[in-house]
Amino acid sequence: MSSGDAGPRKIVITGMSGRLGRVVARRLHRDHRNRLIGLDRRPFLGRPKDIEHLEVDLRSKKARDVFRAGDVHTLIHMGVMHDPRANAAQLYSWNVTGTAHLLEYAQAYGVQKVVVLSSANVYGPRPENPQFLTEDAPLLAAQRFPQMRDLVEIDHLMSTFFWKARDIETVILRPVHILGSVRNAPSNYLRLDPTPVLLGFDPMVQVIHERDVAEAIVRALAPGVRGIYNVTGPGEVPLSVILAELGRRTLPIPHPLARPIYSLAFRLGLSSYPVAEFDFIRYVCMVDGSRAERELGFRPRHSLRETIRAVDDQDDA
Amino acid sequence: MAADRPRRARSSDDIGARTRALVVRRNEYGYDPFGFHADQLKIAVRMAGWLYRHYFRAQAHGVENIPASGRVMFVANHSGQLPFDGVVIGASVFLEPPQPRLVRSMVEHFVPTVPFASYLFSRWGQITGTPENCRRLLRQDEAILVFPEGARGISKSFSKRYQLAPFGLGFMRLALETDTPIVPVAVIGAEEQAPAINLRPLARLFGAPSFPVVPYPPFVPLVPLPTKYRLYFGEPMTVVGDPDDDDEVLEARVRAVKHRIQSMIHLGLQERKHVFW
Repeated sequence: MSSGDAGPRKIVITGMSGRLGRVVARRLHRDHRNRLIGLDRRPFLGRPKDIEHLEVDLRSKKARDVFRAGDVHTLIHMGVMHDPRANAAQLYSWNVTGTAHLLEYAQAYGVQKVVVLSSANVYGPRPENPQFLTEDAPLLAAQRFPQMRDLVEIDHLMSTFFWKARDIETVILRPVHILGSVRNAPSNYLRLDPTPVLLGFDPMVQVIHERDVAEAIVRALAPGVRGIYNVTGPGEVPLSVILAELGRRTLPIPHPLARPIYSLAFRLGLSSYPVAEFDFIRYVCMVDGSRAERELGFRPRHSLRETIRAVDDQDDA
Repeated sequence: MAADRPRRARSSDDIGARTRALVVRRNEYGYDPFGFHADQLKIAVRMAGWLYRHYFRAQAHGVENIPASGRVMFVANHSGQLPFDGVVIGASVFLEPPQPRLVRSMVEHFVPTVPFASYLFSRWGQITGTPENCRRLLRQDEAILVFPEGARGISKSFSKRYQLAPFGLGFMRLALETDTPIVPVAVIGAEEQAPAINLRPLARLFGAPSFPVVPYPPFVPLVPLPTKYRLYFGEPMTVVGDPDDDDEVLEARVRAVKHRIQSMIHLGLQERKHVFW
């Protein structure tokens, strides 16, 4: 098994076919010592020749075979699936069981580093939240959002793994809302026009550019780095400022009506906005990213304006 | 403190210039991490300034004790059913000293659930009252306002006026932890703005901490009486010690602050001739 600095290192990336996965893959591909293997059920469009890609299920035997040779140095797990319309049980099996399998392979076949991309949303938006949550705050998102349960559970699985497998460097990254070419819940929300907002609520939110997230992942790969890190972007702004910067019209809805209206629209297929996420545009859920800044030397390169505008970027280069 | 003269009310305060002179953090959109925005503060200051100058005709004594810069914790007596004492202290430290300060007080936890209030308070620099938020602001050399009597103070009945309710210890721990000087503040006038009695059976019925009733319409203390406010800012007290000390040790330090406020209250009550002017 090669140490991080010498020969090539084999990096397995789950969820590489997603937009964020491709951004991360391209960023890591710049370093010629990295040999990348993607694990994703979806095909990788526009894949560079020397990136290996396997269209497999994380729970399948083929996924285990990737690790079996014992030469995988690093596992980057970002293959957590969110789909408001998918069957909850299937998602759970894919997300949580899939993660448990990956961790099993990592431990059995001598992986030296595991980096998982969780989210700052695992803390949950709550009126009692302090303005900035630190890494030791409880993960309460699942209390109110069944859809967040998988992510919270994966985060807990990883924390347990961190203590159980002490010979593996485990890193949990909890980035704030990722914007860019990605098609995640916050950026999909910001692409709605008119954008529904809750009348009389305008919480402060934190955003980060997808390429800054890729940079944070690269920094988490440095030898010796382990632990849980909140990853924050260039600052905090009210939601209304983001919508104004993007030139969106807003549709203010009194909050007691928002849930019934949108759950009906969701069931009728008129809206794909999951109502459970209304609390994210009502209460603060912001994090303190100073640990990542101190220990990983991570600082976002994109300004607030660049990060916000990236929602409307069409190219995903 | 007898030497200083109360400031005369000025006909116009240059709110724009004072807002620009505030030392606050702002990002490329003009917001600080807690959601404060200087332009939106102006509206609040105009309203608070009117209350301060014309409604309560406030007088501030010991303005030189307001530090021009650096972290500071204002600790004051709390009364009057509605927190106009907080508004007046905030207006005073913004309008009176040569260098205006933005005082950040703590709002109740239910405020973020109330439409409009949820974001307006934060645009005006007010924060949800958690120890983490206070610690963070003090480490950023900001000014915070603490009422250690809490709900016990604001809901006290008329017969208990100017008798300080028991102080909490949390503010002392914070001050020790962050090396923050404490400026004791005595507020005279607020304790008569809503002469209320507490109807305990109704409070119990509604599960509220108190049910205040005032002897004039609308019988609930929504509009304060135009009492004259007198504010006394004491000399900053530096506190040193271990924030994790036993409660008895902290209680002694808290008592020292409480005594300073109580003695300034006595002085203020002696100096004033009338509740309303």
